[in-house]
Amino acid sequence: MNWSTLSIMRLEVLLTFMVLYQLIADLSEKENKRAVINFTIIFFAIITMIGFLPSENTTLFGSMYINDELRMFLKNILNVSTLIVLLQSTGWLNKPENQSKTGAFYLLIFSTLIGMYFMISAGDFLMLYLGLELATLPLTILAAFDKNLRRSAEAGIKLLMSSAVSSAVLLFGLSLMYGVYGTLHFSEMALLTDASTLSVMALIFFIAGLGFKLSLVPFHLWTADVYEGSPMPVTSYFSVVSKGAALFTLALVLYRVFGSQPKVWTMTAYFLSITTMVVGNLFALRQKNLKRFLAFSSITQAGFMMLGFVNSDALGLNTIVYFMLIYSLSNLAVFGVLSIVTNNTGKENMDDFNGFYSTNPRLSLIMLLALFSLAGIPPVAGFFGKFFLFTAAASKGMYILVLIAVLNATVSLYYYLLVVKAMFINKNETPIPNLASSGYEKLALSMCFAGIVAIGFVSAIYDYVLSLVGG
Amino acid sequence: MNPLLILLIIPLLTIVGVALVKDVTKVRLVSAIGMSAQLVFAFILVYLFYQQRHSGNTDDMLFVSTTMWYDSFNIQLKFGIDGISMAMIMLTAIVTFAGVFASWQVDHLPKEFFISLIILAGGVFGFFISLDLFTMFLFYEMAVIPMYLLIGLWGSGPKEYSAMKLTLMLMGGSALLMVGLLGIYFNSAPDGGRLTYDLTEIAKVNIPLAAQLFFFPFTFVGFGVLGAMFPFHTWSPDGHASAPTAVSMLHAGVLMKLGGYGCFRVAMYLLPEAAHELAWIFITLTSISVVYGAFGAIWQKDLKYINAYSSVSHCGLVLFALLMMNETATTGAILQMISHGLMTALFFALIGMIYGRTHTRMINEMGGLMKVIPFLSVIYVIAGLASLGLPGLSGFVAEMTIFVGSFQHTDMFHRVATIVAISSIVITAVYILRVVGTLLLGPITNSHYLELKDAQWFEKISGVTLVIAIAIIGLTPFWLSDLIREPLAQMIQTLTN
Repeated sequence: MNWSTLSIMRLEVLLTFMVLYQLIADLSEKENKRAVINFTIIFFAIITMIGFLPSENTTLFGSMYINDELRMFLKNILNVSTLIVLLQSTGWLNKPENQSKTGAFYLLIFSTLIGMYFMISAGDFLMLYLGLELATLPLTILAAFDKNLRRSAEAGIKLLMSSAVSSAVLLFGLSLMYGVYGTLHFSEMALLTDASTLSVMALIFFIAGLGFKLSLVPFHLWTADVYEGSPMPVTSYFSVVSKGAALFTLALVLYRVFGSQPKVWTMTAYFLSITTMVVGNLFALRQKNLKRFLAFSSITQAGFMMLGFVNSDALGLNTIVYFMLIYSLSNLAVFGVLSIVTNNTGKENMDDFNGFYSTNPRLSLIMLLALFSLAGIPPVAGFFGKFFLFTAAASKGMYILVLIAVLNATVSLYYYLLVVKAMFINKNETPIPNLASSGYEKLALSMCFAGIVAIGFVSAIYDYVLSLVGG
Repeated sequence: MNPLLILLIIPLLTIVGVALVKDVTKVRLVSAIGMSAQLVFAFILVYLFYQQRHSGNTDDMLFVSTTMWYDSFNIQLKFGIDGISMAMIMLTAIVTFAGVFASWQVDHLPKEFFISLIILAGGVFGFFISLDLFTMFLFYEMAVIPMYLLIGLWGSGPKEYSAMKLTLMLMGGSALLMVGLLGIYFNSAPDGGRLTYDLTEIAKVNIPLAAQLFFFPFTFVGFGVLGAMFPFHTWSPDGHASAPTAVSMLHAGVLMKLGGYGCFRVAMYLLPEAAHELAWIFITLTSISVVYGAFGAIWQKDLKYINAYSSVSHCGLVLFALLMMNETATTGAILQMISHGLMTALFFALIGMIYGRTHTRMINEMGGLMKVIPFLSVIYVIAGLASLGLPGLSGFVAEMTIFVGSFQHTDMFHRVATIVAISSIVITAVYILRVVGTLLLGPITNSHYLELKDAQWFEKISGVTLVIAIAIIGLTPFWLSDLIREPLAQMIQTLTN
């Protein structure tokens, strides 16, 4: 361990300090945790910025840990998303009943984030598994954070059970892989090819294991209940950061390790994509609770993401990363508005939003743009993300798949418009009153807003991702 | 700077202006100024266009400017116009101008109304000046999506149902279109070389026949949904009937023309061999559209439904004529697009004005309006006569050219289809004259009507602008056909070779 190692692993190291700081800060007797919140957010913002400094492409610990510009960028996406989640969570943490949980909340969030860093930087399946567990177990506690609520406890248990199962499935896949290849090292496995049934099974088990985290159908059954039961910032963290880490890990492994034998996983992605889009859509249609609604909507979006995997070239990886970036900001904007409403009024049903525009025009407009972005309507960023993702699939001649996907996108437009309809068109005698949002919440929403509006027009961002992927 | 960009900048500035001002009068004023500026600029553009042509510039497209946008996909911001798009831009400018004045009295959330309306118009302008399929598609969707709020918020009747139906059907259409466009893109360089979305470049390429046959239906139906082609027309009657006045005007007048224009410029022009192979299917469908729409209009009692079905019929005729693929018929098709755009906008404007006075749109509840509101009634008669093709007004020129052109095909199938389509003229006469008879003539059915006031100044501006445009095209169609002749001849040549 020397200074250059330290600069390569700077994010992990700094975040570990953050975790330690939370432990110490929690010792303080003070009732009011505002100082801790402020310090944490400012310090994390600095960490996020540090992530954007250039870093060298190298491997550490006998190539157990890989660092390159692409992985750094993926971590940056997660950092920015986490920062937005932290900004959004201030309203929730400032409530009297949650004050005592501040330290634990940050501690658990940062622990999972460290785990996700290791998942992304893993150079070996053991490292990947270690990161995955670190990223998952604290999440189960977070899900059960509203400990007085029955459904929150239920969410925690459900998540624990399903992650245990998914870990088992994943580990089974890994053990088969070891049996076939005789190694779990990425760099060594990338050189080997194997077409035996066993290796096909190994890969499918691996995808299934991560499929739980990504909530792909048929591994999605925990999603809606956990999203509904968890506190709002945690749900937001699940749907964006946790999902993003799983997606990036899956993408890195498939494209970088199994890139030379794409037949199995592109086919798997083909079918998973169809089932996920269709089932997610069908269930989203009838949801009345917005958190459940967003759970199914995020399942559908995961189906769209799988569309990119049918293209095993750089274009596929590139569009997946680009789509995830846009999805993160759009989804966080929706959650941002929702968390302001829920914190102030405790309402989270679609009907509660009737007449929202008449009292909260700005929040409604941000929500409108974010929903349009999720639905893929121009000129907001979602359109570009989706169009390029479909281009990636079409470039392999998968026009039928693209047709199914665009029809699903139209169906998804229906339920996004239902929310728009509630906010703008439906009348309500007693709409949600005009809500005041704190500076942090405003900052979070402005970041999302700027991203949603600008990303599509600035083609340099896409080109930057492309240059990282090396297409 | 490319002068075409001003067509996008003016709406953008108007939107910013509307967003900044506070009270209702100023919102109206800013929108009116903005759209008047747009109309004036459209006239200037025509002048510049002719200036270029007279100075010997014989390029297919004028005012072309290209900026690379997404380099790796070869997506460009490429703008340019030829005579056909010039005509469409004029139409859009006139209808938008009239639409703003026709919606002068919108008092529920006026700011949001005008912003959405101008976004819609801006999308249409962007569509007509785009030469790149990606930006074309982007503007197409941008023009469609404000419809949801416009109908849902300011509409009447079952507005939420209609708004959802319209938006989903049109977006479903654009979903098919997206598959078609991606197919064209990935076949745009069959001999190697760089894939492109550039319309003029793709037109020079021979896309393999198998790909053409596969993607033509997607592209044609995708645009055809917006052009209200049978059996994908069902959004149109509900949507138009529920929409507020200006939205019906813009939608039937301009947005449906996007469908026809796209079918021709993208589907047929870029996939010519498939267009020939598959024309029979779509000729059959569109002749059904023409007759079915006309019969549908006969059965309706609501003025807006009558007009909406009549639009299905007339827009069907546009697609029908385009599929005939000869110069006379396609000239007629473009003329019909312009003519129908103007007169249906006029119809919807008048229906809105009449409804604002009588608070009903049922024809059997009204009567004798000629005696109380003569100005509006006379304009209604003019619009009606244009619609049934009276010589001297725009409808005659267009329909005559279409039928002459389509009868030039000597084979049985085309002849029969033409005769079927021609029969719609008679049916059109029936429903137009029936409406004029019961609505305007006869005794006054309701004593309350005696107190009605005739058109106000803003209504007169709206109506008179459209009537003048209709009359100009009817009396001197040659300047319009001059404008579109060259690009049409060139496109027909591509289509027939």
